[in-house]
Amino acid sequence: MIGLFKVKEKQREQAQNANRGGASVKKQSAGELRLHKDISELNLPSSCAISFPNGKDDLMNFEVSIKPDDGYYHNGTFVFTFQVSPVYPHEAPKVKCKTKVYHPNIDLEGNVCLNILREDWKPVLNINTVIYGLFHLFTEPNSEDPLNHEAAQVLRDNPKLFETNVRRAMTGGYVGQTFFPRCI
Amino acid sequence: MADLEAPQSKSRDLDKLLLRAGNLVGPDFYPGTEVKALISQLSIVSSSFSDFVIRLLSLRVLVVGAGGLGCELLKDLALSGFRNLDVIDMDRIEVTNLNRQFLFRLEDVGKPKAEIAAKRVMERVSGVEIVPHFSRIEDKELEFYNNFNIIALGLDSIEARRYINGVACGFLEYDEDDTPRRETIKPMVDGGTEGFKGHARVIVPGVTPCFECTIWLFPPQVKFPLCTLAETPRNAAHCIEYAHLIKWHEVHGGKSFDPDEPEHMKWVYDEAVKRAELFGIPGVTYSLTQGVVKNIIPAIASTNAIISAACALETLKIVSGCSKTLANYLTYNGGEGLHTKVTEFVRDKDCLVCGPGILIELDTSVTLQKFIDMLEEHPKLLLSKASVKHGKDSLYMQAPPVLEEMHRPNLSKSLYDLMGRVQKDTVHVFGTALKNEEKQSSLTKLRVVFKGADGVADMDTAIGA
Ligand SMILES: [Zn+2]
Repeated sequence: MIGLFKVKEKQREQAQNANRGGASVKKQSAGELRLHKDISELNLPSSCAISFPNGKDDLMNFEVSIKPDDGYYHNGTFVFTFQVSPVYPHEAPKVKCKTKVYHPNIDLEGNVCLNILREDWKPVLNINTVIYGLFHLFTEPNSEDPLNHEAAQVLRDNPKLFETNVRRAMTGGYVGQTFFPRCI
Repeated sequence: MADLEAPQSKSRDLDKLLLRAGNLVGPDFYPGTEVKALISQLSIVSSSFSDFVIRLLSLRVLVVGAGGLGCELLKDLALSGFRNLDVIDMDRIEVTNLNRQFLFRLEDVGKPKAEIAAKRVMERVSGVEIVPHFSRIEDKELEFYNNFNIIALGLDSIEARRYINGVACGFLEYDEDDTPRRETIKPMVDGGTEGFKGHARVIVPGVTPCFECTIWLFPPQVKFPLCTLAETPRNAAHCIEYAHLIKWHEVHGGKSFDPDEPEHMKWVYDEAVKRAELFGIPGVTYSLTQGVVKNIIPAIASTNAIISAACALETLKIVSGCSKTLANYLTYNGGEGLHTKVTEFVRDKDCLVCGPGILIELDTSVTLQKFIDMLEEHPKLLLSKASVKHGKDSLYMQAPPVLEEMHRPNLSKSLYDLMGRVQKDTVHVFGTALKNEEKQSSLTKLRVVFKGADGVADMDTAIGA
């Protein structure tokens, strides 16, 4: 038993001190704290860069650009937006690809099929893991988890044509009926 | 006055708790009509009242949430003799609430839950005074929460619980020897239900584990892989999530989906039906659509009633001392048969929210740079390359370079100024710490006290520089 009400007088005194002590600052969420730590510990390959469009006071929304140095997507620049909720890391960050890309695992609205962003997210994972996961999607696009059905089919059936399509999309052009702006 | 002298019918069970002594009562418990009068705030202030009674006169309880649990809680607390309640909820009443949120009627649809709940309970329970707050919990000043002796939570989101937990633990202060100062403890009683399952817990910050100490208790949400939704839906939920997560953006572009907008929900439902037909999947209904999209498990009125009763009883016990409180987490499962169990979880002594943190005393002239250097020397920290965060403000970030540059001008400023010239407050520092001769990533809470600031601190634990 905590005997809370034995000390009411002190409480009054404390109320008078309230303005001098803490509790005057806007509350941060524990999720935000963890995110700041994650960000300060980022260890990114030189082909990835992070930026904060809303400045230093909003780290919960940021962008990561990935410039693969290898593979089908060599030299393209792909920008992802990250939205981190106050419940982080209980919930994965929401990630979307801002750059329109011809990719089996990314659809034309920017949805990304990456297991650790959805079904396999665990609170021990962090922003760094997610960025590496995204990076991996470009070095090894995967036709088994398709979000862009046509692109996946081409990759599976005709890798040469897939390569041509990716190049055409990245230099700005049509693949089928879809126009892709230049990102190289 | 009538209440006290009337035959003991209405409050017979309450009387058994409050009018008799017992083996399980707390050290400060004095059985008698005074306690009962106090909890009820009856305006019969008499010169014969003891100090104990006078102390309790300003007792206030805040109920957070006026939904399924909140309605029950307000009613239960009012009927337990509490006369001074506040209730906060940002939602308006919807038709689908009416089956279990029994304080609401059809004509109330569209009105704020907090206001109607307060009104209805006041109509039915004489003498109770309930102040409604139609507001987001984040929109209230922190001092608002300090006005209450106890906070009872009837919420359905982790986010809201985490917020209130942070606020309540924010009032907690520790002595030099890291014992919590009793007068700063803001107890919480928390209820939660999901279908036939529920929990009730007592959180006494600094004494029992807070939400953050046991955040792992909340199960992760089930999320389906996007590619399954796009390619190989197998059940009704897959079809609904496809419409909600993929189809919506395809058709509406940048317009964001609002789960509280019935037209949006109807659109998702219609699309999910089409998708289900395409794949020959049965079972898509409008209410399942709502459930999947809002991630709700159907609420059961009886579960709410049982959990809320447990919470109200704990609140009464904390306030009156008439019995030991629940230690500290009760689970209830009425799915098949009935199972309840109480588990005593333990605190995380390094909890960033309720833990004492490390006490550091500083001169008001210390610059942020000097402070960061001190952390490296501090025997309990040995923290190199520290980043510093104060509430919502990050004061310094070592990395990435783009953020380091934005924060660099802070290094030459005094920490006292950067922290808004308060005499003492909490900061969090993170970086690489040397633990057992090994470098580890570390995140620590510090209690910073400024010497020579207003109301000079007489603590003698100085930074070990
Ligand atoms: Zn804690």
